[in-house]
Amino acid sequence: MSDTVIAVENISKSYLVGHQSGQRERYTALRDVIVREARNYARKTVDFIRGRQIVQGDEIEEFWALQDVSFEVKQGEVLGIIGRNGAGKSTLLKILSRITEPTRGRAVLRGRVASLLEVGTGFHPELTGRENIFLNGAILGMAHKEIARKFDEIVAFAEVEQFIDTPVKRYSSGMYVRLAFAVAAHLEPEILVVDEVLAVGDAEFQKKCLGKMDEASRREGRTVILVSHNMSAINSLCSKGLYLQRGRLQRVGDARSVVAEYLACAEVEKSGQMIFVGEADQQPSKSIYFTSVSILNHERMVSSQVQVTKPFHVCLRYAVARRVSGVELGVRIETSDGIAIFSSTHRLPCDKDHASQERQQATCYVEIPAMFLMPGSYFITIFAHTPMIEFHDVHEPALRFEIVDDGTPFGHRNYRHLGLIMTDLPWRFDQ
Amino acid sequence: MSTVRNGLVEDATIKDENHVLRGDVFRRERELIIEPGRSERHYWRDLWQYRELFRVLAWRDISVRYKQTVIGAAWALIRPFLTMVVFTVIFGKLAGLPSDGATPYALMVFAGLLPWSFFATALTDTSNSLIGNANLISKVYFPRLIVPIAAVMVAFVDFLISFAILVALMVWYQFVPGWQVLLLPVFAGIAFMASLGVGVWITALNVKYRDFRYIIPFIVQLGLYVSPVGFSSSIVPDQWRLVYSLNPMVGVIDGFRWCLLGGDTRLYWPGLVLSLAVTGFFLWLGIRQFRKMENHFADLI
Repeated sequence: MSDTVIAVENISKSYLVGHQSGQRERYTALRDVIVREARNYARKTVDFIRGRQIVQGDEIEEFWALQDVSFEVKQGEVLGIIGRNGAGKSTLLKILSRITEPTRGRAVLRGRVASLLEVGTGFHPELTGRENIFLNGAILGMAHKEIARKFDEIVAFAEVEQFIDTPVKRYSSGMYVRLAFAVAAHLEPEILVVDEVLAVGDAEFQKKCLGKMDEASRREGRTVILVSHNMSAINSLCSKGLYLQRGRLQRVGDARSVVAEYLACAEVEKSGQMIFVGEADQQPSKSIYFTSVSILNHERMVSSQVQVTKPFHVCLRYAVARRVSGVELGVRIETSDGIAIFSSTHRLPCDKDHASQERQQATCYVEIPAMFLMPGSYFITIFAHTPMIEFHDVHEPALRFEIVDDGTPFGHRNYRHLGLIMTDLPWRFDQ
Repeated sequence: MSTVRNGLVEDATIKDENHVLRGDVFRRERELIIEPGRSERHYWRDLWQYRELFRVLAWRDISVRYKQTVIGAAWALIRPFLTMVVFTVIFGKLAGLPSDGATPYALMVFAGLLPWSFFATALTDTSNSLIGNANLISKVYFPRLIVPIAAVMVAFVDFLISFAILVALMVWYQFVPGWQVLLLPVFAGIAFMASLGVGVWITALNVKYRDFRYIIPFIVQLGLYVSPVGFSSSIVPDQWRLVYSLNPMVGVIDGFRWCLLGGDTRLYWPGLVLSLAVTGFFLWLGIRQFRKMENHFADLI
C-alpha cells in the first residue's frame, strides 16, 4: 500500500562473541595456558592483518541478535516493540536509526527520521542550558535556524528560564531531564524512533511532553516506533505491537493482543529462580545489572510456591560495573494479567566502601510479609534505575510465583473476587 | 502513568484519519534505504548536510576546553612559548646549532613549533575523538567523519591563538616578513590535511585496536625530535634530505619558515613535493580506512 512508511525485510544482525574456555577447566596446567595464549595471539594477528574484528577469548561464536525480522508500519501508526532483555529490541532500533548496519536484509524508511535512544544525548555538563539546547538540537538533526526559532518555546516548556545561563552540571536531575525532554519534544520528524525514554521525568512533565509531540504529529501524521518495558504504556500508546523473542519475530499485530501473548508466554521462569547469564558480556554499557533473582520461602529455600501464612523473600543478586550515584533497586509485584500491585524501591548507598566493591556481586533481600498477597499467581519485575534519569537494568517480568492457601479464612473461594491483598483492618461499632 | 498515556491513545486513532493531509508531499522527498554496505552512496552529500553538527561539535570542544582552568586560553600561549624558550636554549645556545641565515634562533624555532604543535595536538585529539564521543556514536546517526574533523578544527583554533606569540616575537626582534607570508595559508592548509589524514587513519584503527592509544603519545614525542622543530632542516646532510622529507611535517615546517622568515631560507622543492605526496597518501588511506570501518563503530565502541 502507498502509505507504508517503514518496510523492513528480513533484517538480521550478528555479533561475534568470544568465550574463555580455560575458565571451565578444573585444572590449569601452565603448558596448556601457554599453548592457548600463543594460539590466541596467532589468531588475533591473523584477524588484525585481514582487518577483522578482534575478539577476546579463545572460542568464538557468532551470535545472532536479530534474525529475519520483517514488518511494515503505515503512516501515523504507533508501533510498540516488546520482548525480554536480549531479544533484540535495541538492536532493531539501532539499525532503524542507522547507528549500526544490519548484517543482512533491508529496510526502507520514507521521511525524515529522528531517533531518541536516550534523553539528552551529548549534553555537556560544563555548558550552559542555552548552549546545550543548541548542541543537543544539532545532534538530533535540527538546523541552527530551527532551534533559534523554537528556542524560547523550548525554554518555557522546560521551565528553566532562570537557569538558562547556568552550566547544566548545577541543574537538579529533574531540571536536566526537563530540558533534555523539551528539546526532543520540539523535534518535527515524520518518523520518530524512541527507546524507553518515556520512562523518565515526572508524570506531570511527561504528560506535557506527549501532548506536545502529539500536537505536532496529529497535524503531520507522524509515525512512531517505540520500545518499552511498560506493558500498560504499550497498551495505551500503541496501535500496533511487535513481539521479539531471541532475535526472532514472534508476533506482530494489534497491540493488545501482542501484549497479552507476551504476558501469557511460558518463557517466564516458574522454578522460583532466574539466573541472567552473560548479561555483562551482552551489555557492557550497563553500569549496574542483575545476575539472578529468586524467591526464597520461609525456610530460605528457593521455591516458586510460597505459603500465604508465612513471609517470604525476593532475593536479588546484582553487580555494579561502574559507580553511579542515586541508583535505586526496585521490585514490582504484578498480577498474572500484568497489573502492578505494588513496588518497593531502595536507594543504594554511594559511599567510598561501595565504590571499592566495583564489579563485585552483592545480594539483597526484600521481605514480603505473611498474609499480605491473596493466594494466586504473580509476576515479579525487577529494575535498577536512577529515578527520572535512566534505567540501568530491567527484567519484566523476571519470575512467576504462586502463593498457596495454607490457612486463610476464605476457604476455597475465588480469591480474585476478594481483591489482590489481604489486610486485617480494625472494625469498630457504635454501641 | 496510565493517565499520561491515555491522552495519546485517543490521538492514535484520530491520527489515522488525518494522516493523508501533509504526509505525502513530504515523503517523496526522502527515501532512506538501510542495507549492508548501503551507507556508501551519498556519503559526501550527507557529510555536507550535517555541517551544522560539525560546527556545533567543534564549538563545544573549544568552549569546554579551558573551562574551569584558571588562566583559560592562555594555556594555548604558554605551552608553545615555554617549549620555544627551552629549544632555543638547548639547540641554539648549548648545542650551538646554526639558524637559517641571519634569523634569530628563537624566531626560527617558533616558526617550526607552530605547525608542529598544531599537528601534535590535532593527532592526539583526533585519535581519542571517537572514543571520547562514544555516547554520541552509540546513540545517534551522523557521518562519523565529522568527529575527527571537528577535533582537528579545535586544534586549529589553538594554532591561530599561538600566532599571537609569533607576532610578538617579530615585533621584539623587529623582523618584517617578505611577500612569501601571503603563501602561509597554503602551508597551513597542508598542515591541516597532514594532521587530518594521519589522525583519521589512527582514530579508525583506535576504535578497533586500542593499541593505538599507546602509540600516539609515542609518535608525538618522537616526532618532535625527528622533525626539524628545534633546528633547521638545512643541517641535515644533503644525501639524506630527500629521505628526511618522507616525514610530511618536514615539508610543512620548511614551508612555514620560508613564508615567515623568507629571505635566506631556500625552499627544497623535491622534499616539499615528496612531503605533499606523503600527506596525500595518508589522507587517502585515512579516509578509506575510516569509511571501511565506520559502519561498525557503534558495535565496537
